[in-house]
Amino acid sequence: MNRLKASKLDILIYVGPALVLLLGIVYIPILQTGYFGLMEWNGIGQKTFVGLENYFVLLQDTKFWSSAYHSLILAVASIISLVFYLAIAVILASRIKGANLLRKIYLIPMLLASVAIAQLWMKIYNPTNGMLNIFLMKIGFENPPAWLGDANLALYAIILPTIWQYAGFYILIYYAALKNVPESLVEAARIDGASSLQIATKIKLPLIMNVVKVTIVLAAVGSLKYFDLIYIMTGGGPSGSSEVMASYMYNTAFNKFDFGYGSAIGFFLLIICLVATFIIQRLTISDKDLY
Amino acid sequence: MEILDEKLNMPEAIVKKASERSLIHRIGKAALYAVLIVIALIQLFPIYWLALFSLKNNYEIFNLSPLALPQELRFENYIKVWTEGNIATYFFNSIFYTVSAVFLTILLGSMITFAITRLQWRGNKIVLGLFMLGLMIPIHSTLIPLFNTYTAIGLINHPLSLILSYTAFNMPVTIMILLGFYEALPHEIEEAAIIDGASIHQIFFRITLPMTAPVIATAAIINMIYNWNEFVFVNTFISSDELKTLTVGIQNFIGQYSTDWGAIGATLMFSIIPILIIFLILSDRIVEGIAAGSIKG
Repeated sequence: MNRLKASKLDILIYVGPALVLLLGIVYIPILQTGYFGLMEWNGIGQKTFVGLENYFVLLQDTKFWSSAYHSLILAVASIISLVFYLAIAVILASRIKGANLLRKIYLIPMLLASVAIAQLWMKIYNPTNGMLNIFLMKIGFENPPAWLGDANLALYAIILPTIWQYAGFYILIYYAALKNVPESLVEAARIDGASSLQIATKIKLPLIMNVVKVTIVLAAVGSLKYFDLIYIMTGGGPSGSSEVMASYMYNTAFNKFDFGYGSAIGFFLLIICLVATFIIQRLTISDKDLY
Repeated sequence: MEILDEKLNMPEAIVKKASERSLIHRIGKAALYAVLIVIALIQLFPIYWLALFSLKNNYEIFNLSPLALPQELRFENYIKVWTEGNIATYFFNSIFYTVSAVFLTILLGSMITFAITRLQWRGNKIVLGLFMLGLMIPIHSTLIPLFNTYTAIGLINHPLSLILSYTAFNMPVTIMILLGFYEALPHEIEEAAIIDGASIHQIFFRITLPMTAPVIATAAIINMIYNWNEFVFVNTFISSDELKTLTVGIQNFIGQYSTDWGAIGATLMFSIIPILIIFLILSDRIVEGIAAGSIKG
């Protein structure tokens, strides 16, 4: 492969603008977040250096740990739902007519604005006029729950639309991977008398394991930084029962104007996501085999 | 990408030897279809319900069955929110930010992908690595410093704060989508152009960029969807109503009209309809872009 020779100026012209934007808007700010975490600061006035105090407070902040726990529940739920997505993709990839159309239909919710999804599901969960409770009352439940208004249920009520929202995304990825499995292998197994189930579990699944690993960590990292639906549907409530790390950070900084502490939370969130990313790279060393 | 040899039905003949097995096979197949179709209905049903109640008045919504068709199609909900609720302003703001950011992202993304895959320079692996790592960085970890910086340089409550942020944060996924296509492009045409005395800029703008039109379309659509739907940056950086986008504007509007479900439904439809139209026309590109922007690379 011969690369074109270019002058330093030309390289600068082609690489510079995108790189400056990435450094200025993504990388420098994450360093600043760590630094601002060392300050006591309301966002407008003077910053006062307080050392690691915010970080020490964070380690003992029960509200933070409960939000981290909620993020973890979200991550576990989204990883479990991958099994379900994978099963659907396996079915879709097994000589189903119209598979292409179906996977596109599955994708639609993921293309919609999270605000629209959140507002739509708030209507579905509406205690008196929502579709869900109207249905529950029709089939005989006298006192259906308030869902988003119920501290025991709010977090789980938000998990459902996230599963709905991302279904098409993961099914699409699995479907593409399954279709990449060489047809000759499948044919050979079929001629040897393997059933469809055996072909799926013994031949196809092991071959797409690398993709599965990547999606596990994608789902985990995505859940750890999850924000939109929670912020819009419950704002983290009722009484913190659906607060996650990103919403706790946002509420601390932009609603309580504690920018120093908010920065410390933001930095912690970053570390957690990068650790998960490190795991991705460890898991996908042999990814090139497939693609 | 699509390797569909579904027409190769040769082994099916072997299965059909035993007619009993064939029957079980067919019942099984029917059950699988039923599962797939039920899931498709679940995916579409909330949107269908939304479309229904956006065309009803409160009486119909609260007193009649949720699945009843509207007694008459009340497009006045749409007209009302378009004229009274600032939705028109939000709508055009969304278009403006989306188009500007998509243009900038595609131009700069194409240039840097060209440099990474075509030009000879040290450090291209490191630069690519920086962009790929950028995919994993949570937006929330950058919000406070960005808010601080934009305030300091007068970009808070300014369209540029959004356009620049969208461009930077969508650059990694854009490069990821473009990269595969660039790597597959033959080098011979460029080499011939060099021999003919073309400059790097001529090669990029006259040869490479036009050749990558299909993947540019894919990347542009994915960017468009992300920008159109974006919420956190607008919610944080934009305070004046005239500059808000549809996503944040809807959120405010719903706060004010929380009891008028028909109007709320209509505002949500204004955010959804453009995406659905694009989906109907370009679903193949969207599928391709999401697949390329998620795992490979």
